[in-house]
Amino acid sequence: MNNPPDISQDSKEYEEYAHGIRKHVRGYLMVGALLLVFTGLTVALSYVHFGTQKANIAVAMLVATVKAGLVAAIFMHLAAERRLIYRILIFTGFFVLGMFWLILFAWYDYPIFR
Amino acid sequence: MEIPYTVSNRPDTGLWNAKIGIWLFLASEVMLFGGLFSAYIFLRIDAPPGMWPHGLLNVPVGTMNTAILIMSSVTVVLAWASLKMRKYNAYWWYMLATITCGVIFLTVKLAYEWPQKFDHFGIYIKPEALGKYEQYLGNAYAAEKGLPPRLEITGHLHNRAAQNDPNIKEYEVALDPLNADPTNPEMDRPHFWPRSATEKIATIEKEDVQYATMFLPRHSAYFASYFTITGLHGLHVLGGVLVFIYMWLPVSKRLYQQNPEPWPIASKSAGCFGILSTWSGFLSFRFFICYSP
Repeated sequence: MNNPPDISQDSKEYEEYAHGIRKHVRGYLMVGALLLVFTGLTVALSYVHFGTQKANIAVAMLVATVKAGLVAAIFMHLAAERRLIYRILIFTGFFVLGMFWLILFAWYDYPIFR
Repeated sequence: MEIPYTVSNRPDTGLWNAKIGIWLFLASEVMLFGGLFSAYIFLRIDAPPGMWPHGLLNVPVGTMNTAILIMSSVTVVLAWASLKMRKYNAYWWYMLATITCGVIFLTVKLAYEWPQKFDHFGIYIKPEALGKYEQYLGNAYAAEKGLPPRLEITGHLHNRAAQNDPNIKEYEVALDPLNADPTNPEMDRPHFWPRSATEKIATIEKEDVQYATMFLPRHSAYFASYFTITGLHGLHVLGGVLVFIYMWLPVSKRLYQQNPEPWPIASKSAGCFGILSTWSGFLSFRFFICYSP
């Protein structure tokens, strides 16, 4: 989304532009409400037993991923962004997972409690 | 000197410099929090049975604080949208709402959630003395139900001097509900509404104690990671609030009137940072509040 050239000059053009932004605003409010609902869901689900602890964590992480995805796509406007930004984020994802892997390797190397 | 590409796209990247800058910064933040969360996860899965505390945090307050962060990320995008429509007054009010949310979050954290921990006492019993305190631990019951062993007695420390005075030979603790009534099936799992310490006082001899401490970072790997991550997150919220205050004070109006063009970009960059704080807030919430089990 680009910045408006200058929007206040032509009233008709401004109306059109402002209408577009107002549509975004409705979306933001809906996403905000949805996030509150998901937060309640997170709490509720942590009191439900899905069999194993792993299943519980998987369900909870799924809800958290949906929340984070909504925030990133809508609030941070990642849904429509330039390719360079995506590249930066792909790199980041790669290195974060790499870091998790390194720690996982260390974990397998340390046989005290297993 | 004019700083280039603050409001126009740089031809080779197709982006304003501020936008690339803020995303590179956020990428480094992801690595920072990622390191801490991975440390947390692996400490958690490696904890021997009974060594990871359960149900010590206040879930309703944590939920409320998460909701406040969510509202602040809504108000900050609304502030951005107001600037896009060149409505400075609406922007001013939305920024005020965002700042208020951040301040409420920090106040709750620093004046309520953390001090409650600093005032809560935990006593790890030596393995050979566990039987002596069976009436508070209920390990036979826990084993029968397949629950992890209970190695710690928690509650409110009455004789605070006992912490530092070697002449005092025992701790007097007003027990938490679990230790007051350990064989009650209601205590098998943590509750949503926190319950305060009971009237029941236990006397625990220091020679039976492995170690005892308030709920400070040194209490356990659990509280060490809790305070590190929530503390770093709190610093981020504080940083966001300070930047938002600058962008809200009268100086912002003057700068805006001189040139409104960079403002949506600035507010979006600051907003992205604020929203990242919400995001890492979600994760801390997820791990600590809801994934104590």
